[in-house]
Amino acid sequence: MELVRIESLLEKYLEAQTSVAEEKELRAYFSGENVAEHLEEYRPLFAYFMAAQKESYQSPVPVKRKTTSLIYRWVSVAAVVAISLSAYMGGSIMVGPSDAEIKEAEMAQAEALRAFDLIAQNMDRGIDKMAYLSEFEEAKQKVYNDN
Amino acid sequence: MKQTEFVNAVLPFQDKLYRMAKRLLVSKEEAEDATQEVLLKLWSKNDNLEKYKSVEAFAMTMVKNFCLDRLKSKQASNLKLVHSNYADESRSLQAKLEAQDSVSWVERIMEELPEQQKMVLQLRDIEQYDYDEIAEIMEMKPTAVRVALSRARKTVREELTKKHSYGVG
Repeated sequence: MELVRIESLLEKYLEAQTSVAEEKELRAYFSGENVAEHLEEYRPLFAYFMAAQKESYQSPVPVKRKTTSLIYRWVSVAAVVAISLSAYMGGSIMVGPSDAEIKEAEMAQAEALRAFDLIAQNMDRGIDKMAYLSEFEEAKQKVYNDN
Repeated sequence: MKQTEFVNAVLPFQDKLYRMAKRLLVSKEEAEDATQEVLLKLWSKNDNLEKYKSVEAFAMTMVKNFCLDRLKSKQASNLKLVHSNYADESRSLQAKLEAQDSVSWVERIMEELPEQQKMVLQLRDIEQYDYDEIAEIMEMKPTAVRVALSRARKTVREELTKKHSYGVG
C-alpha cells in the first residue's frame, strides 16, 4: 500500500507536481531502511539533498566596513569642529605671546647677559695681565737710554 | 535597522545564500566571497529593506544575479573555473558523501545541469521553497519554474539510473 503511494508520489515528483509536504514524505521514506529494491536508485538523490542542507556559511556577517565608515564620519566631524574651534580661539589668544613665553624670553635674556658679563670679566683680567707688558717697554727704553 | 538587527535578520538565510552561491560557483572560496559581497550590498541598502516584501527572496535574487554575472565575466575572459579546492571542500560533508559514494554522484550530476535548472532544483529540493517563492527569487513565472524543475529532476534521475545500472561512478 505504502509502496503504491510512494510510486505515485515519485511520478508526481518528476513532473514537479508534488507539494513541499509530499516531498517531505518522500525524503522520510528514502531515509528509512525498507526502500523497495527497484526504487533503490532514488535513495542517493534524497540522501544528497538532505546532506546538502547542512552545509553552512562560516564567515561572519560583514557589517564591519559600514560601521567603521560611520566612525570615520564622526571622526571627521570632530576634526572639523576641533580645527574651527582652535582657529576661533587662536584668534583671541595669538594677539600676544603667552605668559610662559614671556617668562622664557626674560630668562633667556638674563642668561645672555650673564654670559656677556662673564666674557667681560675675563677680558678685564686679560687686560690687567697685559699691563705687565709695559714693564718690558720701560726696560727697553732704559737700555736704549743707557747706551 | 541597527547592526545587530541586521545580523539577526540575515542569520536565518545566510546559509541558503552561501549554498546557492556554491551551487553556481562550485568553489568554496568564491561562494564565500559572493555571499560576503551580497550581504554587504544588502547592508548598504539597509534603509530601504523594509520596502521589499521578503528580504530573504530579495537576497536570494541578488546572489543569483551576482553569481551569474561572475560566471559570465569568467567566460568572457576565457578563464575556466578552476576547482582547485574541489578535493577538500567542506570536509565533513565530503566525508559523509565518501561513505556513500553514489550520493556524491548527485552533486556531480547537478553540476552538469543548465544554470537555471540547477538553481531551481537547489531552491526546491534542498532549500524547500514553495513555487511562488522560487518564482520570485528566479524572476520567472511559476509555470516556468515547474517546467525547469521537472526537467532537472528527470535529468538527474536518468543519470542516476544509468550509473546505478552500470554500477560504476
